[in-house]
Amino acid sequence: MKFFLTSMFGRETSRGDRRFGLDRIVFLLSLFILIVTVLMPMLMIVVRTFFKGTQPDWALFTRVVMAPENLSAIYNTVKIGFFVTLFGTVLGLFYAWLIGRSDIPMKGLMKALFTIPYMFPPFFGAMAWSLLLAPRSGYMNKWFMQLTGSTSPLLDINSIGGIVFVETCYYFPFVFLQVVSALERMDPTLEESARIAGAGQWYVIRKITLPLVLPAIAAGAMLILISSLSHFGVPAILGFSNNIFTLPTKIYQLINRSAGSFDGIREGAALSILLVAVVVIALYIQRIVLKTGHYDIIKGKSMRPMLIKLRGAKIPLLGISLLSLFVIVVVPLFMIFIVGFLKAYGLPLTLQNLTLRNYEYILGQSKMVRDSIMNSLFLSVSSGVITMFLGVMIAYVVIKVKPRGKGFLEMLSLLPYSIPGLVLAIGVILVWSGAFGINLYNTIWIILIAYIARYVSFAMKSASASLEQVHYSLEEAARSCGATHLESLRDITIPLIRPGMIAGFFLIFLPAMRELTTSVLLYGPFTRTLGVAIYAINSEGNTVQASALATVAIGIIIAGHFALRYVTRDRKGL
Amino acid sequence: MSKITLKNVTKEFVTRGGHRVTAVDNFNLEIREGECFSFLGPSGCGKTTTLRMIAGFEDLTEGEIWLGDKPVSVKSKNLYVPPEERGLGMVFQAFAVWPHLNVFENVAFPLRVKKTPRDELRERVMTALGHTDLQGAEKAYPSDLSGGQQQRIALARSIVTNPRVMLLDEPLSNLDPKLRESMRFEIKALQKKFNFTIIFVTHDQSEAMALSDRMLVMDLGRIIQVGTPREMYQNPSNKFVYGFLGLSNFLKVRVREGRVFPAEGTVQPIPFELPEGVSDGEGLLASRPNEIGLSRTEGTGYPGRIEKRLYMTFCIEYHVNIAGQVIRVHTPHGNVLPEGCGCFVQFRNPRWYAGESEQVELERIERQVI
Repeated sequence: MKFFLTSMFGRETSRGDRRFGLDRIVFLLSLFILIVTVLMPMLMIVVRTFFKGTQPDWALFTRVVMAPENLSAIYNTVKIGFFVTLFGTVLGLFYAWLIGRSDIPMKGLMKALFTIPYMFPPFFGAMAWSLLLAPRSGYMNKWFMQLTGSTSPLLDINSIGGIVFVETCYYFPFVFLQVVSALERMDPTLEESARIAGAGQWYVIRKITLPLVLPAIAAGAMLILISSLSHFGVPAILGFSNNIFTLPTKIYQLINRSAGSFDGIREGAALSILLVAVVVIALYIQRIVLKTGHYDIIKGKSMRPMLIKLRGAKIPLLGISLLSLFVIVVVPLFMIFIVGFLKAYGLPLTLQNLTLRNYEYILGQSKMVRDSIMNSLFLSVSSGVITMFLGVMIAYVVIKVKPRGKGFLEMLSLLPYSIPGLVLAIGVILVWSGAFGINLYNTIWIILIAYIARYVSFAMKSASASLEQVHYSLEEAARSCGATHLESLRDITIPLIRPGMIAGFFLIFLPAMRELTTSVLLYGPFTRTLGVAIYAINSEGNTVQASALATVAIGIIIAGHFALRYVTRDRKGL
Repeated sequence: MSKITLKNVTKEFVTRGGHRVTAVDNFNLEIREGECFSFLGPSGCGKTTTLRMIAGFEDLTEGEIWLGDKPVSVKSKNLYVPPEERGLGMVFQAFAVWPHLNVFENVAFPLRVKKTPRDELRERVMTALGHTDLQGAEKAYPSDLSGGQQQRIALARSIVTNPRVMLLDEPLSNLDPKLRESMRFEIKALQKKFNFTIIFVTHDQSEAMALSDRMLVMDLGRIIQVGTPREMYQNPSNKFVYGFLGLSNFLKVRVREGRVFPAEGTVQPIPFELPEGVSDGEGLLASRPNEIGLSRTEGTGYPGRIEKRLYMTFCIEYHVNIAGQVIRVHTPHGNVLPEGCGCFVQFRNPRWYAGESEQVELERIERQVI
């Protein structure tokens, strides 16, 4: 590391000394921030797990890994991850094909509906479905038992199956969006030439279309797998009551039970390593799969692909699609919305049982809730601004300056993408609770640091995308007109990527607004976030208030999305 | 039996805005067996749509298409044979070779679909690769090969089943000019060897003229003229065909008492024999730059002035002002006239066209926008 740094300081850039000052400062600053926010937490987890003070200590890790309850948590995590990935991929693929290659009507509407699960956190879905399908109190189960006189519920959402169902509903768009965009960009003559060669529709799908979109499928499936493996909210809401634990919920339970004691955190750190290991294995498998090919399938004149006529199956398939979208998207949102107006959970959904009291309580009387909204707004805006600028700096260094060590910087900035939020939170606790003389535990700043680390990958990716479109010659033209390096950045590059920066801000602001996984480990008595508040109220059993607050959150998220739409509505082409 | 017959073929599209556009309008044609036939026209003229209807990728709005004595699309009987059952070969502009299959598997694909026995499959693929100069490349993947080689894969793939009809959709326009020329000869040579019928779609007139036995020029979904390249070049039926089949000057002229004047108020007529039945009014005098003589000797032609002189690889180009209108003249390298000097212009083979109305031009622009 030391050698690495000196070699960086010692080297002149190939693009001339003039650039040395500013570019070098930007490079070192972003490197410093990433080392502090991303690398150090990760290192601390490893250090604390395998060292007690300064002595190596393997006993803790072996004990934690071998504990039967942890083994069963691993088993559950992998099992849920596997089935969510399987079902999510099949579902996403089916809809992608339907919209990309069949002549089904109402494609625009369906595409719009498919992006809705993207907007809301899956734990809202878990809340909504447990309102409907909790074994005894769920509305649907109650109706079923009343109608049939049965004493056993129709379905039990508090089960592995329930967790798989809810996560699938929220994660299948990963595959759907990847594959639909691959299908839309694909050169239609690739399929047409197979038809001319004598192959029928299904043969072409099997031998040409599927293999060509395989990389997109693999990428989407892997996103589902990683998200599911490190997901906290859904298993926490649906699993705790039935003692179903996954690795993330187990880590949460350990830390929570230990009430901040050092041994508890160490145990959590050891489990985190296990979780990271599972994710790394998944990523490794993805690399093997993706190695089989990354094809250039975007070529030729844009022509409409030949759509497959569904004929008699058109109406039934349309019915199935709309119904499933209704169940996945509309039903949960409606449940949360309506229950938020209910006098008490469990009352029949009739007009005289509705009230505004819950909103009065959460928005007026409860200081905790008001604080949590303010905290989340503060955290989302500040982490959005800071991370967006950090992302621009990193992308600028990686794409334009290209110093030695850019690979390391890029790797650091993309690392949080694959680190579960819970693991990141533990690392941040280990670094910022006095280990280096600074104790931020229980303050809002520790959450801010964690958010920055968590979202820097998003910011970096979105900034790279817009920076890559600013061709060298644009900046060079400014320099040739007599502008200094700084002036060409200020007057040419920054204005050109400004729309991308604003969009990047919202891409952080929106998920940060509903964040649960990281903040649930980091919040203190006065630093609850909106996600934590909803989660806490819900697990205390105040279902109606939790639903009302979730509705407020949904309102803020929707407003944010409209703002994002407005900002990105007419990007200037470069 | 590989003649191709199109009867009253019409194709209408409905655009996103709900407009109906007639892409192909009452198209009637018979392409003879073993013929190389080109569809030539500007982009948006309907030539590709016609080809795609023959291939079976587009349904007809009206009319019928026959391959040999077999109907493949007959709208009135709702008959439609899907592309895979038409037994055609086709080569696309963007090559459309499959990136996930190597060269051998790309070429073998049509045979695998037909479940050809292994030994026969291998032999036929290797033969096709031999004909297209791809021996030794069978294990390579398309991404390792150049554009020209990729187009050879597509060619090998289309001849491996020995089809009687070959559809070529601008197969050369993604290649660089030199390669384009040599591929032209290869396609011609393959046709000689296998004796299939070719329909060749292109917007490049020299390509069409070099390759085809017969050709047609399309505009706005309609056939403008059908004929051999020679007939078409020497006797273009209207201004559009004239302009499309080579470099051209269109001099706006006025006819008075059977004589042609380049502008109002000029007293000297251009020596030109008007066709029968042209009455007084406006019109266009079409000429090709290389069919115009230029000299400084008084009385050898219509007076003009040289405004600009450009040296080109195969000729010298002069921009000559004739009574306010500028025409291009190509002369061989040799004696050179200076810029700014007066000269006499002699039209060797001019043609008379009544002016095309602006309505047609507008329609063309509209179609390109859509």
